[in-house]
Amino acid sequence: MNEPADIDQAQTADALPPARRERGWDAVWRELKKAPWTAKLGLVLILGYVFVAVFAPVLTPYGESEIVGRQFEPWGGQFLLGTDNLGRDMVTRLIYGARNTIGIAFLTTCLAFLIGGVGGILAAVLGRWMDQLLSRVVDILMAIPQLIFALLLLTIFGTSIPVLIIIIAVLDSTRVFRLARAVGANVAVMDFVEAARVRGEGIGWITIREVLPNIMAPLSAEFGLRFCFVFLTIAALSFLGLGIQPPTADWGSMVRDNATLITYGDITPLLPAAAIAMLTIAVNFVVDWFLHKTSGLRDEY
Amino acid sequence: MRPIFTIVAQRLALGLLVLFAVSLIIFLGVELLPGDLAEEILGQAATPETVAAMRKELGLDLPPYIRYFEWLGGMVQGDFGTSLASQREISELIGVRLGNTLFLAGLAAAIAVPVAVTLGVLAALYRNSLYDRAVNIFTLTSISFPEFFIAYILILFLSVNAGWFPSLSNVTVETPLWERIYRCMLPALTLTLVVTAHMMRMTRASIINLLSSPYIEMANLKGLKRSHIIVRHALPNAWAPIVNVIVINLAYLIVGVVVVEVVFVYPGLGQLIVDSVQKRDLPVVQACSLIFAATYILLNLTADILSIVTNPRLLHPR
Amino acid sequence: MSEIKRLEHLFSQGKISRRAFMARASALGLVAAAPSLIGDSAFAATPKKGGTLRLGIGHGSTTDTLDPATYENLYMQMVAGSVHNKLTVVTNAGDLAPELAESWEPTPDAQQWRFNLRKGVEFHNGKSLEAADVIASFNHHRGEESQSAAKPIVDPIEDIKADGKNTVVFTLKGGNADFPYIVSDYHLAILPSRDGKADATSGIGAGSYTLESYEPGVRTAVKRAPNYWNEEVAHVDGAELLVIVDVTARTNALTTGEIDAMDRVDLKTAHLLERNQDVELVETSGNAHYTFAMRTDMAPFDNNDVRLALKYALDREALLDTILLGHGYLGNDFPIGKASRYYAEEIPQREYDPDKAKFHLKQAGMSSLKVDLSAADAAFAGAVDAAVLYKEHAAKAGIDINVVREPNDGYWSNVWLKKPWCAVYWGGRPTEDWMFSTAYAAGAPWNDSFWEHERFNKLLTDARAELDEAKRREMYVEMQTIVRDEGGVVVPLFNNYVMALSTNVGHEQMGNNWSMDGFRAIERWWLKS
Repeated sequence: MNEPADIDQAQTADALPPARRERGWDAVWRELKKAPWTAKLGLVLILGYVFVAVFAPVLTPYGESEIVGRQFEPWGGQFLLGTDNLGRDMVTRLIYGARNTIGIAFLTTCLAFLIGGVGGILAAVLGRWMDQLLSRVVDILMAIPQLIFALLLLTIFGTSIPVLIIIIAVLDSTRVFRLARAVGANVAVMDFVEAARVRGEGIGWITIREVLPNIMAPLSAEFGLRFCFVFLTIAALSFLGLGIQPPTADWGSMVRDNATLITYGDITPLLPAAAIAMLTIAVNFVVDWFLHKTSGLRDEY
Repeated sequence: MRPIFTIVAQRLALGLLVLFAVSLIIFLGVELLPGDLAEEILGQAATPETVAAMRKELGLDLPPYIRYFEWLGGMVQGDFGTSLASQREISELIGVRLGNTLFLAGLAAAIAVPVAVTLGVLAALYRNSLYDRAVNIFTLTSISFPEFFIAYILILFLSVNAGWFPSLSNVTVETPLWERIYRCMLPALTLTLVVTAHMMRMTRASIINLLSSPYIEMANLKGLKRSHIIVRHALPNAWAPIVNVIVINLAYLIVGVVVVEVVFVYPGLGQLIVDSVQKRDLPVVQACSLIFAATYILLNLTADILSIVTNPRLLHPR
Repeated sequence: MSEIKRLEHLFSQGKISRRAFMARASALGLVAAAPSLIGDSAFAATPKKGGTLRLGIGHGSTTDTLDPATYENLYMQMVAGSVHNKLTVVTNAGDLAPELAESWEPTPDAQQWRFNLRKGVEFHNGKSLEAADVIASFNHHRGEESQSAAKPIVDPIEDIKADGKNTVVFTLKGGNADFPYIVSDYHLAILPSRDGKADATSGIGAGSYTLESYEPGVRTAVKRAPNYWNEEVAHVDGAELLVIVDVTARTNALTTGEIDAMDRVDLKTAHLLERNQDVELVETSGNAHYTFAMRTDMAPFDNNDVRLALKYALDREALLDTILLGHGYLGNDFPIGKASRYYAEEIPQREYDPDKAKFHLKQAGMSSLKVDLSAADAAFAGAVDAAVLYKEHAAKAGIDINVVREPNDGYWSNVWLKKPWCAVYWGGRPTEDWMFSTAYAAGAPWNDSFWEHERFNKLLTDARAELDEAKRREMYVEMQTIVRDEGGVVVPLFNNYVMALSTNVGHEQMGNNWSMDGFRAIERWWLKS
């Protein structure tokens, strides 16, 4: 439950580079080859996670919540990483955890960006009462502590996965809104947007053709961070008993379920925690590179 | 300086409106929760008669809008009311806990802010070096672990194994200051690990962002030392976004620490609000939410004012 | 399973006696390996006076109050166990003993009970105990306006009268031989009164400890009452009760010496905690149990063959191993447990038998069955897992159980007593009559199976007023059999109370009527150094 929303305003508040469109795979490939090793590593890791998530049923030896052995079998042998408290295979749970956790986080983040992004750009482009209205609504939503709000809403609407996704998305979208509005407002006052207005283009056209391409960079950087923070929100909620409900495997509640073991020096709960950490680092490496590229800074490496 | 006062006054007025809206939303939210105080308090031991009697006694049988306006009426006169569950004065219930929450937030900030800014400046200075990467990886790892897990790991190493700090932070009003700091060390460290990454990355990013500006290039051409350029030339101009992030993290330290409170048994506001939501103790939930909301609004205002003050261009708008 | 594990398992399920367990374990040279189980009888040390006992309790909320009418969690029950006295008390051996009442006698029909109060007892505010206080304390829970969780308990009381300053006469609506047990209930604390009103909120009682500070949901401190009447209890000078809801935090606090004892050990890691030389794991088998209540007024549960089919379709051993990791004992489809006087050990244990389940299904004229089972972890920890396991077991008998996950919030108001079949937790009651009349008697408000059985209800009324021990036992055994074979409730498991104590804490045999030595840990335990 952190607040990275404003992390990018610094980069974007000043000059935004004009969007350059290089088409074709060649260009992409060229950029990739120039990327620092951290970004390459990040990309490889992300692709790895996606692969595991997509092909979970093929990669796992057992079913997601299938009880295959006794409780807490040791590592090695039939069960590579042992079994959990109900006798379910840890490897299987971890892999399905990737699928559920990443899937849910991805959907949530997309939804948050859809709501917050559209709202923010509308506020920036339309200005006046629309801006006032949306900004005040967001102010109010942000003034209520996120975790408490989530607790209230989840208790009212129940803890099914769609509800969880919608609630976290709505709460997260307030942060996205602020970013989108801030960078959008910078772009909306620029000459080329003014020119388009004078030309008599519609709001929709301006938004999609002029504003959106120019704020994609900070927004996608934010996307990476938000994506990671959704895991943590879910983990915090599962600590309060309102996260993803069993028997669905997700890393947050897997850490929670096995956390007591850490007291005895057993590193089993580190596995899902490390899975989250690695993904966060990978995503942020890529985000750093991306930001670096768009900030127009010629650096010495 | 006049524009600043106008802005502050405007924002405070707006803040009051936000508080009103928050109270309405929280009220509706608690109303919509399944079950009411009587059912939750009696739990499995409830019978229809006892539930009805308790509702009547506490006025829960009145229509919602009457209860809301009664509460609002008291609130406007500065009366937080009493807890429905325990019949205790809310101001008394909250006072000590608010102090505890602020103390822990202050302690965590006192550690986290200097550490984060120093690490961030160093990372900008030696950007893309091994040090930079290592600090980045470490801080990113620390924020990607769930809070309770960081807490457990710290307890394992610093309390169970090393025995340096107690694993519980059960402070009372009488606890002397040093004892209090000692007892709060582990939760403060946990929170430090949670918030440092964000502030440190912001410091680094906003300094690096400035490095391509002409005046820094000029300083470079003059042959100044890099450390001198960064600390004396870049940092002062990078303050605005850094302060912004620091303030947001302060708000988080005050508002968002329920989980840490639970793990360390620290008597702060977070635990109170969670318990009260569970028991549908509306006046307490309202009071806590308003305190949190006010904290958020005030800190946000502070951040804005600070960024205006540190940026002369914003201080004297065209 | 190793030999000692198997023995422990058998022992904890009551399949072998303590003596047999010790004999066989020592033959294996393994006595030292299982100190927790044989521990109780090995303690003959004399209690030492002094020190502050610090307890970490896994319950408690900032919304708790000192009013005995609202006690609902172990934390307040522990506070009350030290601050308040009742008329009677259940000892650590499970017998009823006098507390604020010195003696009592019933009329032959057990309908009127005279309690003679102990003389010279003072409340913590210096007020002397009188009959009026007792009457006010009971009236606190009685009447139309009552908001007390104990209202159903005191409902059978027709009238309370004082006979002089030191005698209270209870007139009941019907005879009840167990009435002295009922007045030991933790809600029925004796409070000081003024003008006929009990003072329920100040925390003043007549218990062995006085309340020093009380912060709901956080911390409570008590210190020994200076002139408490009983010299044999209250060994420590004072005690501190901390609310530590998170089990990992509680365990850490115990291992780092922040607290001396805790309740509710994490069962998953109990075996790891046991390896700690400085920690003693203590288990008591009480009356607390898990049930799956079927509404016998609804199809298909109105057919006893369907109910029997479902009772046979559950592998209780597997459930015990998985949900409680062996920390409990098997239920036999009646709600009477080992801490009860008339627990019918002789009735054969119901086993998992898919064939018999199929047979009863056929008797009911069905070839297959599909039913919904509602569960949430609010019912008991692991209820949803238990329901999922039940589904797997029942599938082998051709029964398709659809597990419905209900929300935790409002479980007791929206699911329990409403849904046709749901998971339920019972903390147990000190007497058979109490348990049966609460949840099995026709028309009782918490009769969650909506069960009506003529013979059972007649026995229930008769046994209640029966003062002859042998006859009573016979009647209660018959009732347990009836509930087992014709009742609407599946009782798969009784859960043990699993606590962990620092080895510095001394104790005698632990009461098993409730957790933490029958809520009396503070006055019964002591610190060795």
